[in-house]
Amino acid sequence: MAKIIAGLGTSHVPAIGAAMDHDKTQTPYWKPLFDGYGAAREWLAETNPDVVIVVFNDHASAFSLELIPTFTIGVAPEFQPADEGYGPRQVPVVEGHPRLAWHLAESLILDEFDMTIANEMPVDHGLTVPLSIACGQPEAWPFKVIPLAVNVVQYPPPTGHRCFNLGRAIRRAVESFDEDLKVVIFGTGGMSHQLQGERAGLVNKAFDTAFLDGMTGDVDRLTKLSHTEYLREAGSEGIELVMWLIMRGALADDVKEVYRHYHIPASNTAAGLIVLENQP
Amino acid sequence: MKPKKDYADIPGTYVFDGEHSQKGYHLNMFCMSLNKPENRDAFRADPDAYLAKYPLTDDMIKAIKERDWLGMLRLGGNIYYTFKLAIFDRLTMQAVGGAMSGITEEEFRQMMIDGGRPIDGNRYTSEQQ
Repeated sequence: MAKIIAGLGTSHVPAIGAAMDHDKTQTPYWKPLFDGYGAAREWLAETNPDVVIVVFNDHASAFSLELIPTFTIGVAPEFQPADEGYGPRQVPVVEGHPRLAWHLAESLILDEFDMTIANEMPVDHGLTVPLSIACGQPEAWPFKVIPLAVNVVQYPPPTGHRCFNLGRAIRRAVESFDEDLKVVIFGTGGMSHQLQGERAGLVNKAFDTAFLDGMTGDVDRLTKLSHTEYLREAGSEGIELVMWLIMRGALADDVKEVYRHYHIPASNTAAGLIVLENQP
Repeated sequence: MKPKKDYADIPGTYVFDGEHSQKGYHLNMFCMSLNKPENRDAFRADPDAYLAKYPLTDDMIKAIKERDWLGMLRLGGNIYYTFKLAIFDRLTMQAVGGAMSGITEEEFRQMMIDGGRPIDGNRYTSEQQ
C-alpha cells in the first residue's frame, strides 16, 4: 500500500523562485533565506519520496474568475509551468501520477469531498516555487507530483477545519492504494503577509511562530482559527495558511518536527518552512 | 451559515468577497488577459483600443491608465489580478505595495527588511482614528 510518511510546509513567494532563476541566492538580501533551505533539501533527498502531493493555490493562471473551484486535483501525466506575465519559469515540466491521482479523486469524492478534476492545468509559482525550495535546480523533478489546488483568492476559502478534514481523507485514500509508494505532502503559502491596500507589508511574527508551534503542539487550535482572525492577524494573503492544514491533516496525530526555518522578508512576505515526520 | 462581514473593521484591507468580486469582474478579467503574450503586445500597441474590448466603467479605465493601484482595489480589483498589470509594467510587488501605502519602493523594501509593517496598531480601524 501507499503511505504518507511526512509533510513539509513552506511559503511559495514568487520572488524566491525568481531569485533562484536569476542566480541571486547568494546576495546579502537572499542568502539568509536560502541558507535555511539546505537542511530541508537534504532531508527530502534522503527521504526520497516516489510521489509528492503539493497543496497550493493558483494565482489567476490556470483559473480565473470565470470558474472558481474550491478544491481541484490534477490527474494529468504532466503539468506545464504557467506564463504569469513574464513568460513561463524555466523549470522542469511537472510529471504527474495519473493512477494515484485518479484513485485519490474517486476516493475523496466517495468520502464526501467534492473534488474538481483537472486534466489540463498549467501550474504557477504556487506549485513550482515550493519544488524549487525543496529540490534546488535539478534537470528533472526527482518525484512525481499530484497538484491539489485550493481557492484562496476569492473569499471565502474553505475553512481550516474543512482543510484539515480533507487532509484526513487524503491519508485514508493514499493508504487504500494498491501500489507500494512513499508519499510526502507539501502544504504551501503564507506565512503572514498582505500584498494589498494601505496595510500592505503587514507581518506578524508572533502569529507565525504560534502557527508553526501549533503544527505539533495544538493542531486543534489551528483548525479553529476563523477567517477573520487570519485576515486580521496574518494579513489578507496570510489566509493561505489554511492549505498547511490539509498537509497536517494528512499526517499522523503524532508528528515530530524535524526542521524549521523562518525569515523576514522574502519580498513582501514572512517566509516559513517546517518539516514534519509521522511518529512510528 | 450566514456570512459575517466581521472583517470590515480591518484597516487598509479590501477583502475580495462576493460583493467585491461582482463589482470588479471585468476589471479583473482585463488584467487576467495579460497572461497571454499576444494580448500584452496588443495592449502595448494601442491601450485604448485594447481596453475598449472590455466592458469597463470610466472609473476603471481611468484607474488602469493612471496605474492607480489603490483605486483599482476600491473598484473591485483583486491584487493577484491587478498585479498582472504591474508585471506588464515590470514593477515589483514592493513598488506596488509602496504605492498603495503611500511610500516609495525603497522605503517599502526597507520596511520589510526591518521586519515588515507591525501588527500592533494595525488590527482595527478604531486604532487608527
